[in-house]
Amino acid sequence: MNKTYLIFRHEFVNTVKRTGFIIMTLVVPLVALLGIGIYHTVSGISKPVAEAEKVGYVDKAGGFDQFTSQGKITLVLFNNPDDANQALVRKEIKEYFVIPPDYISSGVVSRYTMQKELYPPPAVMNAINTFLLKNLLAGEVPAATAARIEAPLNLVTVTLTASGEVAPEQGGFGSFVFPGIFSLLLVLAIIFSSTYLLQGLGEEKENRLIEILLSSVSTGQLLTGKVLGIGTAGLVQVVVWVGSAPLLLNLASSSIGGFLSTVQLPAGFLILAIIYFILGYLLFAVISASIGAVSSSSREGQQLITIFTLPAVSPLWFISLLMMFPNNPVWIGLTIFPLTAPVAVMIRLGVTDVPAWQLAASIATLVVSIIAVLMITVRVFRIYLLMYGKRPGLGKVLVMAFKG
Amino acid sequence: MIDRPVTGQGNKALLEISGITKSFDHTRVVDNISFDIRPGEIFGLIGPNGAGKTTTIRMVMDIIKPDTGQVKVLGEILSEATKDNIGYLPEERGLYKKLTVMQSLLYIASLKGVEEGRARQRAGELLEHVGMAAHRNKKVEELSRGMSQLIQFLTTIIHEPRLMIMDEPFANLDPVNTELLKEMLFELRGQGRSVILSTHRMNEVEELCDRIFMINKGRGVLYGELKEIKSRYRRNSVFLDYQGELGELKGVATRREQPGAAELILEDGTTPGQILEQLVRRGVTINRYEVSTPPLHDIFLQVVGESHE
Repeated sequence: MNKTYLIFRHEFVNTVKRTGFIIMTLVVPLVALLGIGIYHTVSGISKPVAEAEKVGYVDKAGGFDQFTSQGKITLVLFNNPDDANQALVRKEIKEYFVIPPDYISSGVVSRYTMQKELYPPPAVMNAINTFLLKNLLAGEVPAATAARIEAPLNLVTVTLTASGEVAPEQGGFGSFVFPGIFSLLLVLAIIFSSTYLLQGLGEEKENRLIEILLSSVSTGQLLTGKVLGIGTAGLVQVVVWVGSAPLLLNLASSSIGGFLSTVQLPAGFLILAIIYFILGYLLFAVISASIGAVSSSSREGQQLITIFTLPAVSPLWFISLLMMFPNNPVWIGLTIFPLTAPVAVMIRLGVTDVPAWQLAASIATLVVSIIAVLMITVRVFRIYLLMYGKRPGLGKVLVMAFKG
Repeated sequence: MIDRPVTGQGNKALLEISGITKSFDHTRVVDNISFDIRPGEIFGLIGPNGAGKTTTIRMVMDIIKPDTGQVKVLGEILSEATKDNIGYLPEERGLYKKLTVMQSLLYIASLKGVEEGRARQRAGELLEHVGMAAHRNKKVEELSRGMSQLIQFLTTIIHEPRLMIMDEPFANLDPVNTELLKEMLFELRGQGRSVILSTHRMNEVEELCDRIFMINKGRGVLYGELKEIKSRYRRNSVFLDYQGELGELKGVATRREQPGAAELILEDGTTPGQILEQLVRRGVTINRYEVSTPPLHDIFLQVVGESHE
């Protein structure tokens, strides 16, 4: 049987049987489930008035007597603040506000409530706002105009293609959902897979199993088997996460259903997602392997790999800037720089159209980097895997790589 | 029977090492070493710490490549295919802790090209042979140090290699398991397989090895039949157990005597045979007459000492 396949099978089976792997595979959907649960609970608590509510008011300016029913909030008129205050104490009303005589000139309205709060509840604010607006405009302008003043802008943006046709994919937050989630999963998969690879190599190096392995197979077979075996396990993890998405979205749709109907997959996203997942994983896998070879213990390896995984995650830190300025030269740089490319491209695909030349340049630099790191790794692998307890400097590694 | 006999290889060298050299950081760790291993022998690779034994072994195992020189296994330049004919027991033992005994044996056997059914059968037989059949489903981390070393030994021979390289195979073993392992090594030798034994324990080398190669500071300093080397380094003296009177003996420089026993140090040019002749002529009853050869330990110290000077 092919030895690369034997190592692949061994690495795959042993990775998916690891307790850490199983926990991580289950934890991501569970955390998402928990998130949805918390969202439901919180939004349930602060839901805009589940039952009809009464809010009192005292009109000292005069003329505010119509439109007292605002959705589920009913506005109850009191003759003076004392009456309103007593009604509040008796809990007949939830709160009250006073429109002073100089309201027209000052705009000041005093609100009285027994709740301690940072900010008035939006539902109450809206109700008072609309009530005041409608009463101010009553009789002055036609009803339709009053309604327009209340909500003057209902913006509908249509994205056109280069030829002026309506674009099939209209962008917006809806098309950012998949790339956003995918880039996060990509980062998680890259970090976990490179951790497994490092731990495995560290263990084999520490207990000298590496010598038995290298006396049985070639460096190329060992590296290929390991990278593909652990990579496939990482892919299985992502498939489980993505597979649980429909269930989670279904659960989530009861609360954010309106938004979910706008979710769409950007054109060509799936193909690019697969390409970048594979290239991104391969790059970090070969980097992990070379770090595993030169570091003296798996703990030291974990510290060193962080230097490389931080750039991979970095586009996520500046995601809001990316959303505002998706075509800034900095983002173009991150798209082409191999360490940041996988995540930067995923996010940008959700926000804007990434020009083909940038994708081509980014894929090309990734492929070249993978080949270059792989060549260096294969050359230094044997030498440094057998040097226990001392880690060579970067200069020495490069000299070794070129000397062979 | 722990292995099938090897057939059809004649007396061709199993392993030929010709002029291999290896340097690290401008330091020559192995310097122009050559030796060969014949079928059916236990070969001692000895030398002080840091002499270059492990680097030599790693070059034989193709773990690292020599800067110059070549390694041939069964007449062919070392390649991926020839690796399956070699078994390797490194000095520091390592097995996957989370795997069971059986899984460990099967994984290593598969990497050495053994088909799964055959590997399973071999693993069963070997475990039975060393009395560990009951532990086949135990995880390696649950085994004692000695037990896991036995398992490691089995991974070295499960693929029925023609050549085995064993670095300190008896370290950590109790006397019972040490004897068991020695028996197995002799059995393997009897089947025409060869073993390179790298060790510091000179008594083991004397007990087990047919030929030796001694390396010091990267260079070969002793190579040949163990008996021949010992005779080359013999002191010119004889041990004697006797009854009667020795009297004056011609050709004896000094003597150390105890009642009924003596060590006679001979003058240059006197042979043990000439002394024996004198004793027989005098009618001395001789119970033991032995030409003194120094223990390998002393030869080792002497050679290492000489090369330090």
